Amino acid sequence: MAASILRRCRGSLQRCRAGDVAALHSGPSPRRVQAPGPIASGRRAGNSPAGERGVAPWVAVVGLEIHAQISSNSKLFSGSQVQFAAPPNSLVSFFDASLPGTLPALNRRCVEAAVMTGLALNCSINKKSLFDRKHYFYADLPAGYQITQQRLPVAVNGSLSYSFCVGGKKNQMLTRTVRIKQIQLEQDSGKSLHDDTRSQTLIDLNRAGVGLMEVVMEPDMSSGEEAAAAVRELQLILQTLGSSQAIMAEGQLRVDANVSVHHPGEAYGVRTEVKNINSARFLARAIDYEIQRQIKELENGGTVMNETRAFDYKLGCTIPMRDKEGKQDYRFMPEPNLPPLILYDTKSLPANTNHQQVVNIDWIRERLPDLPSVRRVKLVEQYGILPEHSFTLLNEDGLMEFFENVVRQTQMNPKKVIGWILNDMLGYLKQHNLTVKESPVSSLFLADLLNLLDRGAISSSAAKQVLEELWKGEGKTPLQIVKEKTLELIQDQQELEQICQAVMEGHQEEVMEIKKGNRKVLNKLIGLVQRTTRGRADPVLVKQILEKRLSQ
Amino acid sequence: MWILRFGRYIRGAPSGGASNRGGLSLGSRFTQAASGGSDGRQEAAGDPRRRGRVYENPTWQHVEQEPLPEKKVTVEVLDHLERLALVDFRNWDGVQRLEKAIQFADQLHAVNTEGVEPMDSVLEDRCLYLREDNITEGNCTEELLRNARETVEEYFIAPPGNIPLPKLEERDTFLQVSE
Repeated sequence: MAASILRRCRGSLQRCRAGDVAALHSGPSPRRVQAPGPIASGRRAGNSPAGERGVAPWVAVVGLEIHAQISSNSKLFSGSQVQFAAPPNSLVSFFDASLPGTLPALNRRCVEAAVMTGLALNCSINKKSLFDRKHYFYADLPAGYQITQQRLPVAVNGSLSYSFCVGGKKNQMLTRTVRIKQIQLEQDSGKSLHDDTRSQTLIDLNRAGVGLMEVVMEPDMSSGEEAAAAVRELQLILQTLGSSQAIMAEGQLRVDANVSVHHPGEAYGVRTEVKNINSARFLARAIDYEIQRQIKELENGGTVMNETRAFDYKLGCTIPMRDKEGKQDYRFMPEPNLPPLILYDTKSLPANTNHQQVVNIDWIRERLPDLPSVRRVKLVEQYGILPEHSFTLLNEDGLMEFFENVVRQTQMNPKKVIGWILNDMLGYLKQHNLTVKESPVSSLFLADLLNLLDRGAISSSAAKQVLEELWKGEGKTPLQIVKEKTLELIQDQQELEQICQAVMEGHQEEVMEIKKGNRKVLNKLIGLVQRTTRGRADPVLVKQILEKRLSQ
Repeated sequence: MWILRFGRYIRGAPSGGASNRGGLSLGSRFTQAASGGSDGRQEAAGDPRRRGRVYENPTWQHVEQEPLPEKKVTVEVLDHLERLALVDFRNWDGVQRLEKAIQFADQLHAVNTEGVEPMDSVLEDRCLYLREDNITEGNCTEELLRNARETVEEYFIAPPGNIPLPKLEERDTFLQVSE
């Protein structure tokens, strides 16, 4: 069973990069010096039962390697098109198929995308970077090597700040930073489809040669939740920059996690690599499962092997991939066909240069759009909403535009509008599994509804009823619905008094309670009045009337 | 795998120069300080008579070379190489050839490369050409598939996964005979 699940892995099975990151260091240990991670901060990682048995708590160390497909028209080193779904082998040039006599020609747009991403992640851009060949044999890598940047990547030493919610009610936001080790340009491999029945693999080279940005993060994280938040933040940044569309479902953003556990104060444990994670949701689950598995293994006296494991989302567990070759030796060598890549800034720009041949870092830096963190701060300043709210607004695709449209068309205070957006609208969308763009309620209708509420024409419970009606998407305006269902606030004082009287007569017990001094029961009476009037009574007014009558 | 490092030997010498031909000859060495090289080049370039780039007065110094020890390659390394590069040494003669090649290249260690930047590519003076992001190739499925022996519905066919070389004990190879 495991074997057939492995076959379904889209990526190649042989990418054991266990020794890859180690190769970048000159030191003997495969790990960097002390990661500043907190002690057992992860939701599940911290709840290990070890504490009860008197054993020291476990700390998980998670490092990510993220491959983001660059959003460009043509591939990194050849002029064939980049497109997700296309007839097999139709977007392949002779260079992509590694026919002899072909040479790589670097795509300028890919370089700019890498520089943009490096600047957005606070990296220092290497003005001179080099290309290398990484050799391994696999059917979807026709050349037998991948052109990457191992010695001197384009950008190094950056940081990424991400926030995630903690606490029982998920209302506390924690902000952490993870260091970015490097960002490098590399080629993608083709796609292999495994046909077990005929014992063969079908190779489609459409994806071979597409430009990838590999973002290597330091192992500063300690739980699946943190990793998922970091990946989400990176996704937002890439989408804002436009350097990658970062859609995990289409394979434009691939994450491999390196997970290990250890006791705080001791040396790092043996790490395993988890691959085949297809969505942000599964990322957190896969990492948490792997942490628990390693803890269990070590507590039972076993050892953790340095291996590559695949995540099976159906079973929710990681299974070892075939460990064929042990530690891989990629035989890195400088790419002989490519001179060093030189980037310039305004100071070092030589005169009389062809603009097309020059990538100017300062020019790109000036044109960087507002990053998500900046946009959040602007939202908070402009509308007076809480940081958690702005976080959710940016997290959902299109929600910020929706919110701004509503605020523009209504007089209601944005601080109240945000409540309607996040609680009611978003709640409905999640319930019916819709995106903001697919919402049956347009921003105009919601704005109309909130205007009615703000003016005092209807009560908030009536507004909720109208919203429910609007969700059916029948095209009626809020005003029409209010008229149809006669949900307007009862303006007639007499009518209200009559209803209150009726309710009081019907619930003598509660009246006695209140007269005795139990004020809380008053709320129950108000609720009953509201129910009778189907939400058409102003609660403040109702309370006044009831209190007046009760004191009589 | 060792990385070949060529110091700044003879800059600007044309391919016909005897100094470059044959690479390294046993017994004498050309060494030239890096700074000296660039000055010399400027000199030659600015020379109105354009005498070419073969230096009239080469600076070279004899380097004492101790006879290098015979390099022996272990069976583990040979197995590792066969596995990685899928070469077949076939018999001990092939291994000897390898050892001689390693010894030949080891002569480089006799050169003092202190303070000299390693050269990664002979193209390091050139500008890396940046191509515009336009679609200029592709759509040659039929031509590409003609290269393959087996295809199915426009896909190339490959055997399932990697078939690793069997372990040394299980292989029928000359390496199994212990030395």
